[in-house]
Amino acid sequence: MTKAVKPARPKIRREMSENTAYGIILIPFLALFFLFTVLPVLSSVVLSFFDYDMVSSPIFIGLDNYSRLFTGDTTFMTVFANTLKFAVITGPLGFLLSFVLAWMINEFHPVVRTILSFLFYAPALVGNAYFIWQILFSGDSFGYANNFLISFGLATEPIQWFKNPEYNMTIIMIIQLWMGMGVSFLSNIAGLQNVNGELYEAGAIDGIKSRWHELWYITLPSMKDILFFSAIMQIQAVFSIGTVITQLAGYPSVNNSVDTIVSYISDVGTTRYEMGYASTISVILFSVILLFRYVVIALLKLIGKSDSK
Amino acid sequence: MSKSRSQYRRFTRSKAGNVMYFTILILAGAFSVLPLIYCVVTSFKPLDELLIFPPQFFVRRPTLSNYLILPSLLGKLQVPMSRYIFNSLFVALVSTFCHIIAASLAAFAFSKSKLKFKKLLFLLVQVMLLYNSYTLAVPQYLIFGKLNIIDTYLVYILPAIPSAMGCFLMKQFIDVGVPDALLEAARIDGASIFRVYWQIIMPMVKPAWMTLLLFSFRDMWSIVPAGTIFSEELKTLPQVMSTVTAGGLARTGSSMALTVLLMIPPIVVYMFTQGNVIETMSSSGIKE
Repeated sequence: MTKAVKPARPKIRREMSENTAYGIILIPFLALFFLFTVLPVLSSVVLSFFDYDMVSSPIFIGLDNYSRLFTGDTTFMTVFANTLKFAVITGPLGFLLSFVLAWMINEFHPVVRTILSFLFYAPALVGNAYFIWQILFSGDSFGYANNFLISFGLATEPIQWFKNPEYNMTIIMIIQLWMGMGVSFLSNIAGLQNVNGELYEAGAIDGIKSRWHELWYITLPSMKDILFFSAIMQIQAVFSIGTVITQLAGYPSVNNSVDTIVSYISDVGTTRYEMGYASTISVILFSVILLFRYVVIALLKLIGKSDSK
Repeated sequence: MSKSRSQYRRFTRSKAGNVMYFTILILAGAFSVLPLIYCVVTSFKPLDELLIFPPQFFVRRPTLSNYLILPSLLGKLQVPMSRYIFNSLFVALVSTFCHIIAASLAAFAFSKSKLKFKKLLFLLVQVMLLYNSYTLAVPQYLIFGKLNIIDTYLVYILPAIPSAMGCFLMKQFIDVGVPDALLEAARIDGASIFRVYWQIIMPMVKPAWMTLLLFSFRDMWSIVPAGTIFSEELKTLPQVMSTVTAGGLARTGSSMALTVLLMIPPIVVYMFTQGNVIETMSSSGIKE
């Protein structure tokens, strides 16, 4: 700790310019990031132009995979539509829910806040929490939901919740909303606590009149960067759901009613050994996600605008 | 109209509002915590209660036998249970520590440096997060092979260090939480980048890295590597889960017991980190 009191050491500063120092602290992360993420992504993009069964060496086939995807693959069209529907509904809802809950919880006493946020973070702590839904919505008459409906005379026979295209999408959307809160929710909790208290004081002097004004003109604008993070994490979550659905509804589900692009990708790769084609679908999915990312950026720019008074 | 600064109080909810919110939150929260309760309750059920039809939610005659049988169930493996516990803790703690340091250092540079390509590089970090991970498994496996780290601890730890999410999270918090003016003042006083990092940045964004600590620990604690670990003495606790569940219906209670044991460390980390997030908050409230 004695070092902290020592005066400036200009010699060392001259030797190591600021940029070099920043460069050095960037390297450990970036080097590993390129190795374990960028390189595999690039190989996946390259593979999308190949026919590759993971046994024999890849064969270059140009744009064949892409033309197959857009012209002949009806399953892709179905899973694509499912994924979009799923994402457009659960994405924004999950985003709003994780903020509203965090905001509601934030004003309680710290102990109450820790307990409440624990309740909402619990599904993320139990690794495979979705199994509870399997028990609740079990297809036989012993399932809690069916048992309830039948005993109150609301249904005459058990409903196959996960097999019936009328219900399964809705149930899975609810499950995603409930399971996917973890990251956005806790980031929002941390973000709300990072808001500078002086801003509220200054706001009161500048004529903020209600809690809603405070939320729109102070809290939300100061949270913008964190909201952006949580929006991106929501996009990531809603576009990567697959395994959970496969566990609950099976793959393929009845009429492909709840199959997503991601479950289709792993089917193409794992059971059909078409890694090239799986990569093509990944590239297309990635482009769609990037499109959504730009929409989100545009929407977040509206926060704190005064014309919406 | 104008209040003096000392008189100023935040707009707060009314008592009635507080009670209403609390009721809504507790009800929703009770539903949310249901699976956790179900696991705990089921882990105390004796065999005959597990097999009852229709299934009962609550336990009538609780027993510890599902827990007591675990060491002998796992003891049939070549390695004692303690080894798996050690591996899980070791992997989770080391990779979480390395990840937080690497990600926050990089986030600091992304947020505050004047490096030329930082915007482009950060954009790369952000968007790579969105690429479907399934198709990355094969190239990643080939890279592990080239690096000769398959079947070592490194195959758990190294890929976890550059997780894009952590860097993204830290960068957002440093952007909001650390004013440039403060850094400049510190630099003029002669503080090195490393000291600024350790004595200014990290304390100021403590809620962020406490939250990241939880995320990272939770992920690494439950990691099941795909075909990269073969040696029994390198396996983690979640990987031996299958040996218990392989016992079929009769082992439902024991696999629930193991699930409950697996939940304890993340819950402990949750309590520790969230406690700290709140502590930071109240102390910064006094300062400002």
